[in-house]
Amino acid sequence: MLAIYKKEMHSYFTTVTGYIFLAVALVISSFVFSITTILADEPTSDTSSYFSIILFLMIIFLPILTMRSFSDERRTKTDQLILTSPNSIFSIVIGKFLGAFTMFIIYLALSCLNFIILFLPTFTPDGASGPNVAMLIGNLIALILVGMCFIAIGIFISTLTENMFASAVLTVGALFGLLVINGIGNLLNADSLYAVRYIIDWLSIFSRFDAFVYGYFDISALIYYISVTGIFLFLSERVFQARRLS
Amino acid sequence: MIEINNLVRKFGDKYALDDVSFSIKKGEIVGFLGPNGAGKSTTMNIITGYISPTSGTVLVDGIDVFLEPMKVKRKIGFLPEQPPLYIDMTVWEYLSFVFDLKGCDFNKKAHLTEICELVKIYDVKNRLIKNLSKGYKQRVGIAGAIIGNPEVIIFDEPTVGLDPKQIIEMRNLIRSLGKEHTVILSTHILPEVQAICDRILIINEGKIIADQKTSQINQTLGQNNRFRVKISGPNKEVINLLKSIHSVTRVTQDGTREGDAFNYIIEYSGSVDIRKMLFRALAEKGWPIMAMEGVEITLEDLFIKLIDEQKGENK
Repeated sequence: MLAIYKKEMHSYFTTVTGYIFLAVALVISSFVFSITTILADEPTSDTSSYFSIILFLMIIFLPILTMRSFSDERRTKTDQLILTSPNSIFSIVIGKFLGAFTMFIIYLALSCLNFIILFLPTFTPDGASGPNVAMLIGNLIALILVGMCFIAIGIFISTLTENMFASAVLTVGALFGLLVINGIGNLLNADSLYAVRYIIDWLSIFSRFDAFVYGYFDISALIYYISVTGIFLFLSERVFQARRLS
Repeated sequence: MIEINNLVRKFGDKYALDDVSFSIKKGEIVGFLGPNGAGKSTTMNIITGYISPTSGTVLVDGIDVFLEPMKVKRKIGFLPEQPPLYIDMTVWEYLSFVFDLKGCDFNKKAHLTEICELVKIYDVKNRLIKNLSKGYKQRVGIAGAIIGNPEVIIFDEPTVGLDPKQIIEMRNLIRSLGKEHTVILSTHILPEVQAICDRILIINEGKIIADQKTSQINQTLGQNNRFRVKISGPNKEVINLLKSIHSVTRVTQDGTREGDAFNYIIEYSGSVDIRKMLFRALAEKGWPIMAMEGVEITLEDLFIKLIDEQKGENK
């Protein structure tokens, strides 16, 4: 697992993927940050609109990290090396996941530099109160949890195709689909069929984190996101097992 | 060392392997010989645990590949048909990754240096793999396969795409590996297995059709009663004359000519060498022999012979 992880990190920084991801994501995040806070019509230290836009943009950023994951291994036949090595398929999947997740955390950490400006004593658009630190941290945790699921979904999709562009497009499509389902969920009311509400509730990756946004810790949401991640990593492993037999 | 029992592998409705059984002793160099699509790679992929069989068992050193894959994978070094290289890495980075991946527990630097020197890639160790020639890439693949000193080394078509000088080097390397390891290699080139292997398994359409010592195969090949001769003379009359020679069974032309001299392929039966008779007969007519050579037996010819032999045995 560690060998795969090290190799993943190495390849993010020797091929351009890692740099493209960091550059694109950071430039766009900083731009969004500026226009939603310090350069808004009414400058504010409230970051909630920044976070909701970033959440939406992650649908496009994160597939960059996972598109090559397994699809490239199959294209270049290097899967024969890693699958015939004395490592379980699941540990290989975890290694890949942790690699992409680390890149995502690096991005989030760097993007936090933006927030420094909100804490400067010279920036006091909302009186002297400054930004709400609990909400800030809650929002970051929400992004980490959602990002974790996105990465797991992206890795799962990359096991299905040898073409990294197909992998990227399918992942964006799948994540966008989840966003749409979430929108439908919001329109449903209590009169709707129970089964429909139940299923949509299960797919509500985009709204489970609500408590975090308001600065509260929600253990059930935490378990939900870890479960979704686990399910997709497990499915990735299944794909390889199934392929060995077919 | 390796025991394969009743291995069957289907792809859809097609049988890639149809009830294959054989065993390989420790320290043997065994060649899988067969045309493309015969099932060589499938067999190798199953032994290494890359794919699973439809039914049957594979034991490596007494351990079942499907029950304890981790233990078995540690004993096997594998070079697939297309070397599994990360072309954005340098040679050293790649080998170092393979070392970690295999979880080897000896001194990394010393081990990798030793292997680099063995396969002669030490001088390119800091170059990116994508900038290496095909021959060097193949050697890096071999280096990766032998990292960790596996007891069994499996090479799938190790000499494909190499130039003649590299092929000779590769054969020498494989022979030297065979002194300390059990080696299985596949090829569709007959002289290659003759040059390297102790034993040859011939596989066709998913079935083992021969399992013989290389010396036995050479004997079979020795009974090759066929040669090509270039004769300057009137075409039809020459053919009639050739056919009239005692024990000639078949005369064919390969369609090439040089002026009025045509090439004929003569097949004959029995143990009498007919070349002297041929010379005298042609000399009488005054038709000079321009060239004469033995026709190398091809894999297809060998197949036909082996299948005929089997039919004979079954009767």
